[in-house]
Amino acid sequence: MSEVKFSKEHEWITLEGDVATIGITKHATEMLGDIVFAELPEKGSNVEKDGTAGVVESTKAASDVYTPVSGEVVDTNQAIIDDPSKINEDPEGSAWFFKLKMKDQSEMNSLMNKEEYDKFAKESTS
Amino acid sequence: MEIKKTSLNKLHQSNNAKFVEFAGYEMPIQYSKGIIEEHKFTRSNSGIFDVSHMGQLFIYGDESLTEELEKIFPLDLKNLKQNCSKYSFLMNEDAGIYDDLIITKIEEGYLIILNAACKDKDFEILSNLLGSKFKMNLDSNRSLIAIQGPKSVEILNSIINGVDQLNFMTGNWFDSNNQKLFVTRSGYTGEDGFEISISNDKAEKFVENLIEKGAQLIGLGARDTLRLEAGLCLYGHELDINKTPVEANLRWAISKSRLSNGGFIGSKKIIDQMQDGASQIRVGIKPEGRLIAREKTKIFDDTDTQIGEITSGTFGPSVNGPIAMGYVDKKFSKVDTKIFLEVRGKKHPANVCALPFYKKNYVKGVN
Repeated sequence: MSEVKFSKEHEWITLEGDVATIGITKHATEMLGDIVFAELPEKGSNVEKDGTAGVVESTKAASDVYTPVSGEVVDTNQAIIDDPSKINEDPEGSAWFFKLKMKDQSEMNSLMNKEEYDKFAKESTS
Repeated sequence: MEIKKTSLNKLHQSNNAKFVEFAGYEMPIQYSKGIIEEHKFTRSNSGIFDVSHMGQLFIYGDESLTEELEKIFPLDLKNLKQNCSKYSFLMNEDAGIYDDLIITKIEEGYLIILNAACKDKDFEILSNLLGSKFKMNLDSNRSLIAIQGPKSVEILNSIINGVDQLNFMTGNWFDSNNQKLFVTRSGYTGEDGFEISISNDKAEKFVENLIEKGAQLIGLGARDTLRLEAGLCLYGHELDINKTPVEANLRWAISKSRLSNGGFIGSKKIIDQMQDGASQIRVGIKPEGRLIAREKTKIFDDTDTQIGEITSGTFGPSVNGPIAMGYVDKKFSKVDTKIFLEVRGKKHPANVCALPFYKKNYVKGVN
């Protein structure tokens, strides 16, 4: 599996072959608070880089989830729809959001690595 | 304008509060445990809420004060016993609500608890109505602390002996550590609990004492989910100047004895609406599934005609599902009526339901 990459919209992404797994970062969940609802894109649909690809709602507010890369949705995580609190428990592991068959793997290049993202997250909070 | 802080601000900070601005005050929205944990702790144990931003209006006067206040509030104040509280409203001539409030008859006068965002305007309105005949004090030297949840009576009674003898919606002055506290058995969470009016310089120590006895600080986030589960209105959401108490389904708060002769501000509209009904009415709403419909969500019938709007909507931690309140046209206000909520461009099914979403029994018969 590839190195984990991060977007400015606080998504993480890993690549295995041409299939990317995408979720939201731990930092994002800490900003959101208790997540109580998740909506994911439909399997078989196509999503465009930086477009919306779902929604998460905390007790406080609704937030869009964006996709950091383009592709066809090949799988979604039913477990987080059934129990959205899993997103707070394990955001960067078992609580992934969706898997995409990527069209253009070079889209990964513009994303941040862990160190860059941690710095970005810290600066965007303060 | 500079943001105002309550006397507990430092204590909130040292308890890792996340702050928001609310009605000009820096208030804790949550602490480190988060809204759901704080909510559940209040329901099972005892939560402390800083509600010092709310107005504490003391009005003193002779019997003519009661007469003058009856011209303003739809209450039978002449028959209200000393130390008893009533929920009521300050209204305009069209029965539009300026504020909802709790009024308690105290020795030689009344104590009125007002919403933070409304208190200064309320004071101005009441000053104009009452003239200069009575002593009025919107007391900013006192903090207001609520303690709510099943363990609260035991915890508070260990600090202020005798509060366990109060019935729901009554209050009294108590002495504790050489200070005078006014304590009412009341609250806005659907739990048994108390509100304590205490001088600012003693508030922090008092709350630290409650924490030592096992209560925990709870933020405004959980206060909102608690009150919504309890089916209680929040000013600025369910209630505003364009809504009347009848439309808000708060008929119970209007004293029956005041309906025959009226004589209070807004009485004509209230009496008309009590007879003919209001065209829109506040209801409880349960979305099907897990979807959350927030404030301003449009409500439709099954023919795609808009019939109302959501005024509050969130996830109810004790109900373990989404809950909402809103206004719908009267003919859709019956329990179990199917309605549709437009969220992110799609219409989702929901049902009108009875309030509250969550029910506990208040303490009525200690004495």
